[in-house]
Amino acid sequence: MMLVDFSIDIPSGEQNMASKYETVIGLEIHAELSTNSKLFCNCEVKFGSAANTQTCPICLGMPGVLPVMNQRAVEYSTRAALGLNCKIASYSKFDRKNYFYPDLPKGYQISQYDLPLAYDGYVDYELDGETKRVRINRIHLEEDAGKLVHADVTGNPNQSYVDFNRSCVPLLEIVSEPDLRSPEEAIAYWRAVKEILEYVEISDCNMEEGSFRCDANISLRPVGSKELGTRTELKNKNSFQHVLTALEYEEKRQARILDEGGEVIQETVLFDINTGRTASMRSKEEAHDYRYFPEPDLVPFEVDAAEVERIRASLPELPAERRQRFVAEYGIPAYDAEFLTATRQMADFFDETAHLSGDPKASSNWIMGDLSGLLNNAGIEIQDTQVTPDHLSELIQLINDQIISGKIAKSVLPDVFETGNPPKQIVDEKGLSQISDASAIESIVDQVIKENPGPAQDYRDGTQKAIGFLVGQVMKATRGKANPQMVNQLLQQKLSG
Amino acid sequence: MPLYELTAHELHEKLKAREITAVELTQSMYHRIGAVEEQIDGYLTLTEEGALESAAVADEGFQRGDEMPPLAGIPIAIKDVICTKGVLTTCGSKILGNFVSPYDATVMTKLHQQGAVMLGKTNMDEFAMGSSTENSAYQTTRNPWNLETIPGGSSGGSSAVVAAGAAICSLGSDTGGSIRQPAALCGVVGMKPTYGRVSRFGLVAFASSLDQIGPFSKDVTDCALVLNAICGHDPMDSTSADVPVPDFTKCLINDLEGVKIGIPKEYFTAGIDSEIEESVRSAIAVLQGAGATIEEVSLPHTDYAMATYYIIAPAEASANLARYDGVRYGFRATNADELGDMYRQTRSQGFGEEVKRRIMLGTYALSSGYYDAYYLKAQQVRTLIKSDFDDAFEKVDVVVTPTSPTAAFKIGERTADPLQMYLSDVLTTPANLAGLPGISIPCGLTSDDLPIGLQILAAPFEEEKILRAAYTFEQNTDHHRKRPKLSSK
Repeated sequence: MMLVDFSIDIPSGEQNMASKYETVIGLEIHAELSTNSKLFCNCEVKFGSAANTQTCPICLGMPGVLPVMNQRAVEYSTRAALGLNCKIASYSKFDRKNYFYPDLPKGYQISQYDLPLAYDGYVDYELDGETKRVRINRIHLEEDAGKLVHADVTGNPNQSYVDFNRSCVPLLEIVSEPDLRSPEEAIAYWRAVKEILEYVEISDCNMEEGSFRCDANISLRPVGSKELGTRTELKNKNSFQHVLTALEYEEKRQARILDEGGEVIQETVLFDINTGRTASMRSKEEAHDYRYFPEPDLVPFEVDAAEVERIRASLPELPAERRQRFVAEYGIPAYDAEFLTATRQMADFFDETAHLSGDPKASSNWIMGDLSGLLNNAGIEIQDTQVTPDHLSELIQLINDQIISGKIAKSVLPDVFETGNPPKQIVDEKGLSQISDASAIESIVDQVIKENPGPAQDYRDGTQKAIGFLVGQVMKATRGKANPQMVNQLLQQKLSG
Repeated sequence: MPLYELTAHELHEKLKAREITAVELTQSMYHRIGAVEEQIDGYLTLTEEGALESAAVADEGFQRGDEMPPLAGIPIAIKDVICTKGVLTTCGSKILGNFVSPYDATVMTKLHQQGAVMLGKTNMDEFAMGSSTENSAYQTTRNPWNLETIPGGSSGGSSAVVAAGAAICSLGSDTGGSIRQPAALCGVVGMKPTYGRVSRFGLVAFASSLDQIGPFSKDVTDCALVLNAICGHDPMDSTSADVPVPDFTKCLINDLEGVKIGIPKEYFTAGIDSEIEESVRSAIAVLQGAGATIEEVSLPHTDYAMATYYIIAPAEASANLARYDGVRYGFRATNADELGDMYRQTRSQGFGEEVKRRIMLGTYALSSGYYDAYYLKAQQVRTLIKSDFDDAFEKVDVVVTPTSPTAAFKIGERTADPLQMYLSDVLTTPANLAGLPGISIPCGLTSDDLPIGLQILAAPFEEEKILRAAYTFEQNTDHHRKRPKLSSK
């Protein structure tokens, strides 16, 4: 393999040439399934184990071994496919994809060629308040390869090692149609797929560990043209930001070539995060011939329609449906629903809090506001905090029952976050209950009117807003514990009486 | 009669009666091996230490008076294409010259459970590709009937050691005739069970959709005993059939009343040696005499079997042999300076000529632009060949043919002409393509005193019909009792 630097200088201020060309992007998303064992053997799937400890003769490609299908992987794939609105093939088979590479122990990858297990799906995603649809061409199941360890780890430029822990881990490949029209759309779609796979709980989609990655194909064509332009391919990306930057760079590079009357060459390009540029990754043999043929060691399999229906029935509510339900059932704004369904755990948290508290809007406000703030500061996810939906609904009820004010509640939540104690207990221990005893407030109100004759007179003379100052003074005197509505009422009574 | 001339079922009686011990038997086998192996060169590896240990374990059982399985203490040889834990498994190839398998093939686990004694690993054509065992990277095995001739192949080591009395039984593998053809040429019984009958887990793959493990023995009863031990569904092999395994000794009936035998006309054409045809015709008469009715059948696509086989088998092999790349185990060339060169050098130096020829053939047949014309077409023809047999077995119970068109040929006679060599399997490959069970039993000798084999085929999972016909033939003749006149050293 040789690297050819064909980077071009694109001044940062240069206009996007998208007005002349339409960008066409398709993604091949790879997600490792979170099954306990590998696709064709009983080895455990575990990230971060010492090299080659999660291996056996089968995933090492020893002579004489045979693959045996992990049925759980087929079930997981079916869950994913249904979540992505695909049709499930009634008859599917595996094929051998032949090529030599040291991380590929058998010299072929067991994959699926012409009869993938699912096809013809779609994903709806939101971008800038608009719902867009990407068609999914196919979903197939294959085995992952091992991992090469090079000089940066071995310290020796002449020596590389192979770690086969990842070899034979089940990998789902989700191939979209070229329906994406900008790098932003590509990322939004990719995120939507991640969200769905997490919702149906078939992959942990951990991008840092490489269990969720994608290849992107990008081409440009004159606006109005129906024909696809020549594409380039970006391989094996596991960061949204890298893909976005790389696609934006490729978009400009191809536009420049077309502007100059040149031709884009169909090839795989390599994106360098350090320079922010792509370079050609031309292999010596121009086109790979993988010589696919049916895997004779595995029998073709039929997915039982009843089994598909059983899996369909067991699927959780997916993000899009859930967003719609949140808006319809709880009457919260679409923006809130979008935010709250970003992860299944957060949506579950909201659902339960709204249900328990009977106050969906307050539930949404607290989760999106204070709770998210606390989570962000601590760098944790909603499923990792000590705050429970029970806690939050109790807090909302304390406000609604006028036991504490919203302001006091804001100081209670961090305590719940820190200690895991119920809000009521914290309010009781710290004596934060509002003073709702009219006689106790009355004396303070009288005191405040006496001490502030000017504003009192202003109100009597018709300056409505003067009452705000007086309320503030009462709240100050009670250190925020007086029931503000009651204070307001009492002041009005006294000043108009 | 020396112990090495006996069958497994005869030896079992002696072991049970404690006339002999398994250790004595094993020692006598190594004595025999020492006497004849220099002439035969059937073994690549001998495992005497492990064999004596297994024999001692079997003896403990016999001494306690336990109910011992029929193969307990029986000395068996294993083709070097079957993985044996802790023992070299070379497949007759330089590229696996140093490969010690870290695990046992399922058939080995089953034999160990029976208490069988593994004498050693037998020579073979490299990766089971060949019909004479001359493609071994290590040695030329000679036919015990005539040391100037080949023993057949690819399981030539396994057939030769049984014929020479250097093993009581053995295991081979049959992809296009590699058990039946050497059995015929060495005058022993060799059977390829139905595809899916015996687990392939641990059988180093040549052509996955055709490979099947099976036994060599001196008679049909022993054949049934080894089948009983090795057949059955294996969860480690997705292609192994989940069907009940009968007790194969129950079908050993000396009678063919009501049995219909088909004689396919396409198997008695030009190219069949006249002495062989004569011998097979008289064998058919023996079967008829035992009550069978004889009927001509047609298998019209027989002519295409060789061409079909030589597309499908190399195509699968080209992928199966890709793992021998020098990265993880086995031979690695030392004169390479980058990855691609390492692959090229390792595989160029590690594989023999015939293996390289088939990898090239298979790679070509699968290449983009040729796949439809070759591989896909071959699969379609394979379906036609299979339906020929389906039609035939609507009418008859078994089909009887010669096993090999000729008797054993001279060492070196066909090595320069691969096509001539491929024709040795012309009568055996159709059964692999159709996944059928087939046996070869001795049915006579040529005027040069070389054995002739009779092939009997049946529909999938109807091994019992084959065994019944073969057993009846055996009971009415004495061809299986003939032994080569080997001069002991």
